[in-house]
Amino acid sequence: MKRGAAHRIVLTALAWAAALAVAFPLLWTFITSFKPELEAVAFPPRLTGVDWTLENYRTVLDEGGYARSALNSVVIAGASTLAAMALAIPAAWAMAFAPTPRTRGLLLWMLSTKMLPPVGVLMPIYLIYRDAGLLDTRAGVILLLALGNLPVLVWMLYTHFREVPGEVLEAARLDGASVVQELTQVLLPLALPGLASAFLLIFTLGWNEAFWTLNLTSTEAAPLTAFMATFSSPQGLFFGRLSAASILSILPIVAIGWFCQRQLVRGLTFGAVK
Amino acid sequence: MTVRASRHARRLGRLLVTPSVVALLAWMIVPLAMTLWFAALDYRLLDAGPARFAGLANFAALLADPGFYAAVITTLYLLALALALSVGGGLVLALLLDVAAFGRGALRVLVISPFFVMPTVAALVWKNLMMSPVSGVLAWIAQGLGLPAFDWFAHAPLVAVAIIVAWQWLPFAALIFLTALQSLDSEQREAAQLDGAGPIAMLRYLTLPHLARPAAVIVMIETLFLLSLFAEIFVTTGGGPGNATTNLAFLIYQQALQSYDVGGASAAGLVAVVLANIVAFFMVRLIGRSLTA
Repeated sequence: MKRGAAHRIVLTALAWAAALAVAFPLLWTFITSFKPELEAVAFPPRLTGVDWTLENYRTVLDEGGYARSALNSVVIAGASTLAAMALAIPAAWAMAFAPTPRTRGLLLWMLSTKMLPPVGVLMPIYLIYRDAGLLDTRAGVILLLALGNLPVLVWMLYTHFREVPGEVLEAARLDGASVVQELTQVLLPLALPGLASAFLLIFTLGWNEAFWTLNLTSTEAAPLTAFMATFSSPQGLFFGRLSAASILSILPIVAIGWFCQRQLVRGLTFGAVK
Repeated sequence: MTVRASRHARRLGRLLVTPSVVALLAWMIVPLAMTLWFAALDYRLLDAGPARFAGLANFAALLADPGFYAAVITTLYLLALALALSVGGGLVLALLLDVAAFGRGALRVLVISPFFVMPTVAALVWKNLMMSPVSGVLAWIAQGLGLPAFDWFAHAPLVAVAIIVAWQWLPFAALIFLTALQSLDSEQREAAQLDGAGPIAMLRYLTLPHLARPAAVIVMIETLFLLSLFAEIFVTTGGGPGNATTNLAFLIYQQALQSYDVGGASAAGLVAVVLANIVAFFMVRLIGRSLTA
C-alpha cells in the first residue's frame, strides 16, 4: 500500500511537469510581454533583475490596428454564432423532439458538409465575394463562419435536447401547458446551460478561425487572427510587442474556453465520445 | 388523438429544419459546382481575354507538375507527424492526469489552454519565442545541454510546423482520452485488480482497448482539420524554404490568390475535396454507428 502511495506521488509530479510543459509557451509569452524589448530578445533570457514594464501593451494599444481588429473579432464571432444559433435551435429542437425516419440521415448529411475542405471552394467564394462587394467586409466573413459552424452547432444542440427527459415535457403537456408555455417555461430553463456553453464554444471557434479571415479580409474587416498575421515579419522581431499583442488576442478567449471545455468533447466529436 | 398530434408535430418539425437544410445545401452545392466548372476552364484573372473551355487540361497540367506531388507528400507527411505527436502525447498526458492525486482542475486548465489559442498566435509564438536559434527557449535549453542551437525553420521546417500544429491539437486528444478514461467502469477496474492484474496488464488489456474508439475519433477529426492546414504555414514559412512546407492547401492558395489561376486552383481544390472525402466517408460511418447505439 505504501508503495502504491509513493507511485501515486511520482505520477502526480509527472502529470504536473507534463501539464506545465504543455502550457509553457503561453506562460513564457505572458512573462515576455512585460519585458522591455532589449530584455525580451536577450540571450540567455533573464528572469531576475528585469525592468518589468507595461510599455509593450501601451505600444500595441497606441498603434491602432489592435482596437479595430478586436472589435471586428467580437462582431464577427458574435454575429456568426448568433446567426448559426437562429438556424440551429429550431432544427435541433425539431430533430430531437419530432424525429422522422429521415432525421438520422439528415444529421449525418449535415455533418458531411463540415468535411468539405474550405480550400476546395476558395476560388468560387473569392470570385463571388469580389463581384458582390463582400471582400474585406464583416458581413461576408460572418456569413461564411455561420455556415461553416452550423453543422457543429446543430449536433451539439441535438445531443443536448436529447438529454432532456421526455417525461418532463409530457407532464407539462398533461398539465395543460400550451406549446409556447412548454417551450419557454419547461424546455428553455432545462436547455439554457447547454445553449450557453454551445454559444461560447462556437464563439471561440469563430474567434480563432484563420482560413477565411486571412484570405478574405485585409484592413477594414480584419479580425485579430489577421492582425496577428501582420507580426509575421519583420515586426515579429520585436518579441515584447509580439508577446503583448498575443496575450491581448488570446486571453479572453482562452478564459472562455476553460468554461466550455466539457462542451468541447461533445461538440467536436459529434457525440461519438461520451 | 396522439397520431394527429404527432403528424402536426412532424409538419412543424419539417418547417423548422428547412432553413438549416437550405442554407447548408446552398453552401455546399453552389461553390462546389462552380469549382467543378472552373476546373474545366482556362481562366486566369490576370489575362485580359475571356475564359476558354479547356476540358481536362488543368488536371493534365496538375499531374505533370512535380510541385503538385511534392505538395501532396508534404500534406501527408505533416499529417502523419502531427498526428503521431499529438495523439501519442495526448494519450500519455491523459493517463497521467487520470491518476494525478491533486489539482486535477488546474491540470486540465493548463493542458486545454493551447487549444483555444488562435493559429496565427500559436505559430508566431513558437517560431519566435520558442524556436528562434538566436534567442529562443529551445536554443537556451540546447545551450544548457552543451548542444549547438538548432535553426528549426532553416533545417527542419516541416518538423517545426508539425510541432506547432501538434501543440495545438494535443490538448484536444488529451481531453478526449481523459473523458473516455473517466467513463471506464470502475467495477471493471476493481474486478481486474482482484483477479491480480498488475498496472501494466490493466493498461494493456483493459485501458488501451477501451481507448481504441476515442483514438479513432481523434485521428479522423484531426485529419480533417490538418488536411486543410493553412494559417500556421502562412505566418511562419510562406510555404518555403523553396516549397519545403507547401502543402496542398497552401499550393491552392498560391495558385488562387497569388497567380490568380482560377482553373488550376479549382482543379487542385477538387483533389483536396476528394482527399477529405475519403476520411469523411469513414468518419460518418463511425459516428452514424454511435448515433444508433
